[in-house]
Amino acid sequence: MKTEQLVASLVADRAGSARPLGRSMGRAVLAGALVSLVIFAVEFGPRVDLSAAFATWRFDLKLVLVLAALVAASGACIAMARPVATARWQWAVLPVLLIAAAALGTELAVLPAETWEARLVGSNALVCLTAIPVFALAPLAMLLLALRRSAPASPALAGAAAGALAAAAAAAIYAFHCFDDSPLFVLTWYPLAAIPVILVGAAVGHRLLRW
Amino acid sequence: MSDPEDLAVLMRAARKGDDEAYRRLLLHVASWLRAVAARGLAAAGRPNADCEDIVQETLLAMHLRRDTWDETQPLQPWLRAIARHKLVDHLRRRGFTDHVDIDDHSETLAAPATSEEGSALDARQMLASLPERQRRIVEGISIEGQSARDVGSRMGMSEGAVRVTLHRALRALAAAYRKDRT
Repeated sequence: MKTEQLVASLVADRAGSARPLGRSMGRAVLAGALVSLVIFAVEFGPRVDLSAAFATWRFDLKLVLVLAALVAASGACIAMARPVATARWQWAVLPVLLIAAAALGTELAVLPAETWEARLVGSNALVCLTAIPVFALAPLAMLLLALRRSAPASPALAGAAAGALAAAAAAAIYAFHCFDDSPLFVLTWYPLAAIPVILVGAAVGHRLLRW
Repeated sequence: MSDPEDLAVLMRAARKGDDEAYRRLLLHVASWLRAVAARGLAAAGRPNADCEDIVQETLLAMHLRRDTWDETQPLQPWLRAIARHKLVDHLRRRGFTDHVDIDDHSETLAAPATSEEGSALDARQMLASLPERQRRIVEGISIEGQSARDVGSRMGMSEGAVRVTLHRALRALAAAYRKDRT
């Protein structure tokens, strides 16, 4: 087959198939999160004082922080799916760091030092370390499948970014179950729970996303 | 590669459904790739016989992964990154592990007049490795120059079904290239 002949097939395949990367990633995360929501509803359930929790600054700040992480991870995932990465996504990490620093500063200022340790350890650390990776499984699987259409400069990094995004989506779900709203707890255990997800994403991405 | 603006314009038009723009873009990119691949093979001390295979494999990758181009960015860095990736991948499969850099020369490169040196042998074998239906559709469109609709009516398939099968065939071809070890 001559190259000019191959081109004819490529042109014939063109119709209506190009779609923005962000849309296919978003769809994958949503589909995976639906599965995780079912697990959440069946095995975990929302915390009983959910409506009261919305009135506390710690719970609201936890949600804002998780959503900011979700935005940053989405940006990273889309950037890593491209053969030439644009650095713009890194700006989305800034709000996460600022909110985290502000939350930490406020918490340390308002709480007496002898209660810090109890707040940090919390009562749900083990549940957190289990639930976030479990909720991240389906979103990660869907994301990695969607990323097979991508052309990552580094397949391992793209997989890691997918892991971060899946973990952020999982954290957004888990946040509605967990009683521990202290920034001390959230900033310790949520990132720790994300680490295995990111590592699995990197390992699978390294194998699956090569092109 | 010449006319950076034009390439992005062609790609944008192609995304909106302009087949003629897409054909012109692919043919332009193919001749640019031919020079890049020839230079890469020469730098690696490899015979030029693989040149057309690299061109076709790279075109397939660009086509199947065209969603990864950011419309707000110029097209050339994206094209160059894919070309470099495929060239390096091809050379690595043949045991060549040194650094390959195409950036030094490709900047100033106008589309050269060199034409294809015979058809790629591998590509014909790849085609033969496709399932019957996929192969007949690619042959009908590529080699016999028929439209998707003509191929469909000849094979008793709807135009939509032909396009779906064609897409699968192209993915299978790309995968066959990646598995190729010689």
